[in-house]
Amino acid sequence: MTAIDPHASPAAGSGAGGTRLVVENLTVATTKSSAEVVQDVTISVAAGEVLGVVGESGSGKTTLGLAMIGHTRRGLRIASGSVRLDGQDLMTLSADELRELRGSAMAYVPQDPGTALNPARRIGPQMREALTAHDRSKEDADARIVELLTEVGLASVPNVLSSYPHQLSGGQQQRVAIAMAFACRPSLIVLDEPTTGLDVTTQRTVLETVKRLCAEYGVAAVYVSHDVMVVGELADRVAVVYSGRVIELGTTDEVFRAPQHPYTRGLLRAVPSPDRSGRLVGMDGVPPRPGMRPPGCAFEPRCPVRVERCATERPALVQAGVAGTADHSARCWLVGEVAAREPASVMVTEIEPAAVVAGATDPVLRVDELTAHYGVRQVLFGINVAVPPNQCVAVVGESGSGKTTLARCIAGLHTTWEGDVRYTGEALTPGIRHRSKEALRGVQYVFQNPYASLNPRRTIGALVSQPLEQFTSLRRRDREQKIVEAIRSVSLPDEMLGRYPDQLSGGERQRVAIARALVVSPTLLICDEVTSALDVSVQAAVVEMLRRLQGEQGLSMLFITHNLALVRSIAQQVIVMSVGRIVESGPVEAVLGNPQAEYTQRLIEDVPKFSDVGSGTAGF
Amino acid sequence: MSAVAEAPVAPPEPSAGPRVRRFEWAHTLWAAAKTLRGAIGLVVTLFVIAVGAIGPFIAPHDPNAFVTLPYAPPNAVAKLGGDSLGRDVYSRVLDGGWQILIMAALATAIGVGLGAAAGVSAAYLPGWRDNIIMRFVDVILAFPQLVFALLLVSVVGPKNWLLVIAVGLSHAPQVARVIRSAALDVSERDFVKAVAITGVPPWKVMNREILPNLVTPLMVETGLRMTYSIVIMAGLSFLGFGLQPPSPNWGSMIKDGQGGLTLNPWAMLAPAIMLAILCIGLNTYTDAVTRSALGVDRAEKFALTEVMSATETGSA
Repeated sequence: MTAIDPHASPAAGSGAGGTRLVVENLTVATTKSSAEVVQDVTISVAAGEVLGVVGESGSGKTTLGLAMIGHTRRGLRIASGSVRLDGQDLMTLSADELRELRGSAMAYVPQDPGTALNPARRIGPQMREALTAHDRSKEDADARIVELLTEVGLASVPNVLSSYPHQLSGGQQQRVAIAMAFACRPSLIVLDEPTTGLDVTTQRTVLETVKRLCAEYGVAAVYVSHDVMVVGELADRVAVVYSGRVIELGTTDEVFRAPQHPYTRGLLRAVPSPDRSGRLVGMDGVPPRPGMRPPGCAFEPRCPVRVERCATERPALVQAGVAGTADHSARCWLVGEVAAREPASVMVTEIEPAAVVAGATDPVLRVDELTAHYGVRQVLFGINVAVPPNQCVAVVGESGSGKTTLARCIAGLHTTWEGDVRYTGEALTPGIRHRSKEALRGVQYVFQNPYASLNPRRTIGALVSQPLEQFTSLRRRDREQKIVEAIRSVSLPDEMLGRYPDQLSGGERQRVAIARALVVSPTLLICDEVTSALDVSVQAAVVEMLRRLQGEQGLSMLFITHNLALVRSIAQQVIVMSVGRIVESGPVEAVLGNPQAEYTQRLIEDVPKFSDVGSGTAGF
Repeated sequence: MSAVAEAPVAPPEPSAGPRVRRFEWAHTLWAAAKTLRGAIGLVVTLFVIAVGAIGPFIAPHDPNAFVTLPYAPPNAVAKLGGDSLGRDVYSRVLDGGWQILIMAALATAIGVGLGAAAGVSAAYLPGWRDNIIMRFVDVILAFPQLVFALLLVSVVGPKNWLLVIAVGLSHAPQVARVIRSAALDVSERDFVKAVAITGVPPWKVMNREILPNLVTPLMVETGLRMTYSIVIMAGLSFLGFGLQPPSPNWGSMIKDGQGGLTLNPWAMLAPAIMLAILCIGLNTYTDAVTRSALGVDRAEKFALTEVMSATETGSA
């Protein structure tokens, strides 16, 4: 194992020209305590190449992306190392010189296009400003704007230049932001999660635009994302970031087909994909925070294959190419041996398709002809749903499909609806005031965002105890017994009970929220996008836990999600919704395997899948 | 779905060790005291409170005894000279604080208590109840605070208990406005809904879920209202409607000292200075508390939490 030369010319994408961006030993630290947020990163990007930077929350990927254009956020500074763009060292430039380069030689596309565009100004003047700020004449700029609009596929949108940002859809806004980034033909573009928050179909269009433009202009692009699948589809090379360090680097094909680092392997196993129904394998725990990283490998505490050396010595980025290619390296002491050492518990196993119970049994929940309004706007149109006992029904739809409203109507959170909703035969009223105590106990709701659904002023024990106090008259001792059982059933240690929510990670908080719902032994559990605020490795663990609990406790479940890929991993039946109507429903295998509605077909088509990445992968 | 994006994703703290939320208000108070602004404000405030508390026991003379000539300049018997009746100004200043401080504190407690109850109820209870509370609040707000207090006092007569109630009542609508907007924010949070949909009665939700999350704005309001209470109490005394003679208080002492300004300025200046530094000190400290609660000047922490939470909002 020898340390490799990171500047060995990349195999992919090098045809368009030489290396444009060279980052060497880059370290970004906080100004006060010098905690290192990004540590010792060495990467280069060639012209026309897309480098994907993948990482989970707190990995430092956004900080790394910003440092590549010579910028740091308030309270951070580039502590050491160099960033060279077309041979020019950004570290030696003054603030004015850097600003001159931004927009002309390098550009940044932020996650939320809404924050990049001024809401009070029309699109046309904003785009012109991006061009004229860098010494172009007005006429010149206008001609270029027309050209740009065509390139990002907005030329056919009427009056786009005289529109205000809010008059465009999220996808259109993001394409405007991308057009502005490409406006001055920069050498480098950093895109920070530009498709997060967009629907899969819009996401696909935006990604295709980015890819095409990068190739046409010979731009070196850095695509920062938490979404492994999106990066897999878009990038030529991938850098996997964990706890501020690049732990694996290589061509997309290599990294996805033969991942070397245990973290990358875990990450790929945790990603749901509609073309596989494997049990999701999550990784528990959180990455160590900046300034609190262990002396050895940062992944060591979570690693399934760790050896003694990992805790004390920090591994270097070493050559890991298996297929004789030079462009694959990983930061692990066990490169090459990881696969052989992995325990069976982390392997992906098939879920046996659950037998769909025939319609003979009475459903736990039956929704008939449900219509709902927000003010005067109708958001649900004649929805029919039946959740059989001990089954999980997934409701899938894009934003605005009404899936969350449906869940909120059933839970009593949204009250302006009409129709017949029955829980084990009892009709549920729109508000909760006239519902029986039994119905309130039997239907439990888990909120989307665990950062908002737990009162920060109460301990975990008090939070889980609350529904027990409300629904039962158990004595204190019996209640404590129940709380401990609930907290153990969601795989949390007992000592969590005395803690406050802000001392827990996102995944742990969502487990607490689930424990709070389960402590009163409900019959129906409504899960509203419960994993969408979580990292993919944590999402996998939570989904797997829900699947286990559903089986163990004989729960019926209504699982609301925007993520079609998750459906196979948890549900037996699926309902596909679009703009307030059900477009298709049935057993999961039937709907996903042989979709009938055009909408479902398109949805399945546009979700990034493993089979689309590189040469078809993930057989490891 | 925007719910994820706008949710204040809790930032994992970069500092080591668990942070117990229950005493966050104490941390905020302490953090404020550690800033220069807060330290000055707190020291000045504590000084005046100490004068009010200890003063009566260390006063050299009976505050109502005639020990020197009217408006006598400072002399050997009376350090700060005499007032209009020849009583010792120094002793009267030492003795004239505690009553006004206690009454202001009681009025503040009434005002903040009533205001918080009205504000939280208006925020959490939907529709007509919110409207009734807030329209009532608007009506009281139409009267200037001092005029409102004067109205009550002039009807019933200058009683100490009435002063406390009048000043307290005049605070309540202003506190209600501030607390309502803070409570609106909290009552929209998921954790409140999570408890409410289990069928818990509204008063319990307000008391146990919403109120504990309003500690910071309540603290700031209390500081601010305390200052106002003191000013109004002193103002009423100055106008002759407040605490009645002969017992000394800083408000009526200012009025009393006015007449002899050229003979013994201390008769007016001493109580005025006490009131001024109390209000300035309290206000300065409250301002520091507000800043520390808002997290101004925490650049490093801000950057780190941003970094940590930047992507937790992802995949919406």
